Amino acid sequence: MEVPVMENILSSNDKKAAENKKIFAKNKIFALNLIGSPGAGKTSLLEKTIDVLSDQVKMAVIEGDLFTNKDADRIAKYNVPVIQINTSGGCHLDAMMVAKVLPQLDLSELDLVIIENVGNLVCPAEFNIGEDTKAVVLSITEGDDKPLKYPLIFKEAAVAVLNKVDILKFTNFDMVSARHDINCLNPGVTILETSCQTGRGINEWCSWIKERINSKKNGCNNNG
Amino acid sequence: MHEMAMAQGVMEIVEDYAHRSNAKKVCTISLLIGEMAGVVFESLEFCFSALAKGTIAEDAEIKLKKVPLVGHCNNCGWQGHIENYNFFCPECGSAKVDIISGRELRVEYLEVD
Repeated sequence: MEVPVMENILSSNDKKAAENKKIFAKNKIFALNLIGSPGAGKTSLLEKTIDVLSDQVKMAVIEGDLFTNKDADRIAKYNVPVIQINTSGGCHLDAMMVAKVLPQLDLSELDLVIIENVGNLVCPAEFNIGEDTKAVVLSITEGDDKPLKYPLIFKEAAVAVLNKVDILKFTNFDMVSARHDINCLNPGVTILETSCQTGRGINEWCSWIKERINSKKNGCNNNG
Repeated sequence: MHEMAMAQGVMEIVEDYAHRSNAKKVCTISLLIGEMAGVVFESLEFCFSALAKGTIAEDAEIKLKKVPLVGHCNNCGWQGHIENYNFFCPECGSAKVDIISGRELRVEYLEVD
């Protein structure tokens, strides 16, 4: 006997993600899912972001990591609330993991929650966690071929951060080609060039986040 | 290895539908997997077979159907396969191309006894 199903494999995750999204919406919090390879510079970018924004907006950080607290320890030094989620080997955060830790934050007091996902360009792209927006961080040392090799995350992200541009001249990274591929995958995507060493592009990145926080406060859609 | 999480999703759906149709055994599980879904078929099969041991779906055959990445241009009406992940319309150059298919992660149907 054939039983028709037509059900999404990730439907239980998506239902929980929708609940998380409602919680963020109710509290008018802009939730950013920060995704990139190990070593792309996600935590360094977060540190720079906190430097610039923590006086202007009330923010908290959720740190995803396989086993360690190393990233959370780095963020804790900046005096912003930080929660560590260890996936114990899991390659991505899922909506259930995020839902579990949200009660630990004083959500009514926050404008921005940045969720640093597990270092990986593949799996986190498939799992919504209730964020408003995904941001992908690609360091130029990873190579300009990565957008087409990992298309889903570059399609899903509203902003692509090309990090470590201070060492561009020491690499064979083709910025024109990378920008072209990202733009083909995701026409209209915001592409930012940053260096956490020199500070290049950090203000643009923080302005981009602040615009989204403001439109969330004003009740606008933040999907783009 | 997000295929394990996906295999768990398949398992939940299979057990739910098998239970609802009073099945004693699940013979076939048909999956629709989009070209742009980040799934390694072999990993998904491997993970599912590990999970299915001792369940109603232990001996089930998994049929995987790959769904091509197809776009539709909201500007000129073009519809076709998206080549090289270039989401600009090949006819009019517009950026207003929506994905019609190619992102699927679905259980299509089960065959049960």
